[in-house]
Formats: sequence, C-alpha cells, structure tokens
Amino acid sequence: MAQVISPLPGTFYVKPSPEAALYKNPGDPVAIGETIGLIEVMKTFIEVKAEFAGTFSAYVAEDGLPVTAGQVLAEVVV
Amino acid sequence: MTLKIKNPGLATSIQDLGRIGYFHLGIPLGGAMDRYALRAANMLVGNDEGAACLEAVFMGPEIEFTQTATVAVTGAQLPIKVDGEYQEAWTSFVVKAGQTLSFDFLQSGARIYIAVSGGITTPEALGSRSTYPIGALGGVEGRAIQTGDELPTGGSEGPGAGRTVSEPLRRKPGTPASLRVLPGLYWHRLTDEAGAGFFEDEWKVAPEADRMGYRFKGGRPLEFVDREQPFGAGADPSNIVDGCYSYGSIQVPGGTEPIVLHRDAVSGGGYFTLGAVISADMDLIGQLQPHTSVKFEKVDMAKALDARKERKGMLARIREELV
Repeated sequence: MAQVISPLPGTFYVKPSPEAALYKNPGDPVAIGETIGLIEVMKTFIEVKAEFAGTFSAYVAEDGLPVTAGQVLAEVVV
Repeated sequence: MTLKIKNPGLATSIQDLGRIGYFHLGIPLGGAMDRYALRAANMLVGNDEGAACLEAVFMGPEIEFTQTATVAVTGAQLPIKVDGEYQEAWTSFVVKAGQTLSFDFLQSGARIYIAVSGGITTPEALGSRSTYPIGALGGVEGRAIQTGDELPTGGSEGPGAGRTVSEPLRRKPGTPASLRVLPGLYWHRLTDEAGAGFFEDEWKVAPEADRMGYRFKGGRPLEFVDREQPFGAGADPSNIVDGCYSYGSIQVPGGTEPIVLHRDAVSGGGYFTLGAVISADMDLIGQLQPHTSVKFEKVDMAKALDARKERKGMLARIREELV
C-alpha cells in the first residue's frame, strides 16, 4: 500500500468540480502523474498527482475539508 | 554566479524589504510578508539586511548552485536539504558549486526566506527587486520564478557555515496566533456589541489568504450602527465614500469576513476599515497557514509603539549575535 501525501496545506477536493465524478474510485487503475485530487489555497487549485502506479484503494482525507502538508490523502495498492 | 531553478515550488518569488514611496499612486509596498525573517536570513549570510531573497510559500523550490555560496533559510519550518543532507534552519550553511538545495514537506509556519551570499541581483524596478505579479514589477520579468530560470547573485562566498540566530529570537506566531489591533477611523460604524465580539471570537485563516490580503472566517458577522449612507458610498453598511487603506488595515466587506491588507494590497477603496493590525505583528501573519486559529487583541497606540520597539530590539540582538 502506498500513500498519496498532500504537498501543502489547504482544502482538499476529490472531484475537479462539484458536479463532476470522483477522480478515482476503489479498484481504478492509477498511473504515474495521474491526478488524484485537488488542493485549494491562495485562490489557486493545485493538482495532487500520483508518484507511483497501482490500483486505487480509497480516499483517506475527506472532500472539502482542511488538510495539512504531509497529510495522507489517499491509498493506492502498488 | 547564478541559481538554476529546477523546480520553483508553489509561488516562490524574489522579495526584499519592499517598494516604498509609491503607495499613494496605487503601487503596493511589496516586499517580504515576514520582513523580520528576511532581515535575519540576510544577516546570517553577511548581506545587507534588505538584499533580495527568495520567499517560498508552503512548498520549497529546488535550486542548483553554479558557484559555492553561504546560504540561510529562516521563517517557516520546512526541512532543508543540500544534496539530500539535512541542514539547520536559522543557521548559515555552505552550498558548493554543483550542489542542489531542496526541501521536504512543511511542518509549521507558511513562508521561508532563502538568503544567498551576495544577494539576488535581478534588475530593480522603482527601487526594489520585490516581485509584484499583478503590476508585472520586479522579480524575473515581473513574475514568480519558474523552472529553467537562472537568477543572478552578487556572487560572494560569504561568511561560511555555523552562524546562527538563537532560539528565542526566531520569532513565530503562537497557537492560537494573537494579532494585536489598533481600532481605527471607522470603528464608530460598529455597534458596541459587534466591536466587542470581533475581539472575543476565534477566527480561522481562510484558504484564499495571500500576499494581497489575509482573510479570516468563523467569527460572528458584524452589526453596524444605522445611518443613511452618505453620497458616493455604496448601499451596504460596510461601504464608505472611498478612502485610503493603510498597510495592515482590516476591511470587512458585508460585515462577514475580515481581510487584513498585506504587502501587495490595494491602497484605497470603498470598504470601511475597523482598525489595523500593528506593524510589529504583520510579520506573524506571513507565517499563518490556512485554517490556523487566530484571536485579535485590542491595543492602544502606546502598546503598539512598545511592540514596535520590542521587535526592533529583537533585530538589534540578532545583529549583536552575528557580529
């Protein structure tokens, strides 16, 4: 199991926009460089990308809630 | 000598002490959000205190050095590495030609200041190297740094490793952070209850807080004293006939979310300002992460001036330590 870590503090989102589908569902394949979530800070949305390939397991951080730098956002089976 | 930017981080910009003297023309003060930390970083590497440094927010850059230099990183706790080897914050260290400076995840605070011996020597605009992206002034062609940039420096090797600022002089906000406020010109617009509530409530830094302004959420909405809005003022009770804003002034659009105007703020507009954060505490705002708890503390002018003196005294003590 590998962990996707938030590189910075802000608000975490699991979808590109409120109406859109989740970036990843459990069982989805994950490729290196694929976007897993968004962090909103300073009026900017920063894409959080996977640094490894595998199978998506679950989001650990909740949609729309604050996260800190270094916090685990999601888990991927590699 | 140049600094080769391999990765810029999030919004890393060149900053000095600011572009003073143009605020009345609408050009912001600019400069480091935490000027105390910038001064300390420069002192550690033997620069003039106002030399241009890199200000990195939340995420550090990755920089390759083309020549050996003395470097210091102050401000937020963002673990520092040279070719993967950890270095002390608030302490000078040497980066040799060909080595790379990089950073781990942020642990506390918000902004680091990276001083390099000789200072960054990009061209000045209106007397400052500070980056003001909206006005395309200063920095590298008026913008934040990007991958592939090569930043010129003064090139000196500097005083070398091991110069340090002692722990009590590494100024940072408390938990919750306390920001001292001097009530201002438009304080009378608030009801007594709303004025008291502003100081009683716990506020949290909003994620949109940036170099222009720090927005806060979570306190009770402010109630205004009834009045007929004067000619030229907007319809909302938080509106005034356009006036000047000072550095640190606190506007509350719609009476809901206070915004403390910071280094890249506008210099005037049509919102009332209930007061100003005192100059001594503006550096602390630069170190607040989103969602951090904050209390505003009411002070009078005498206390504000004492706090200014105390901050100056701390800088003087750093100078003595680094002679």
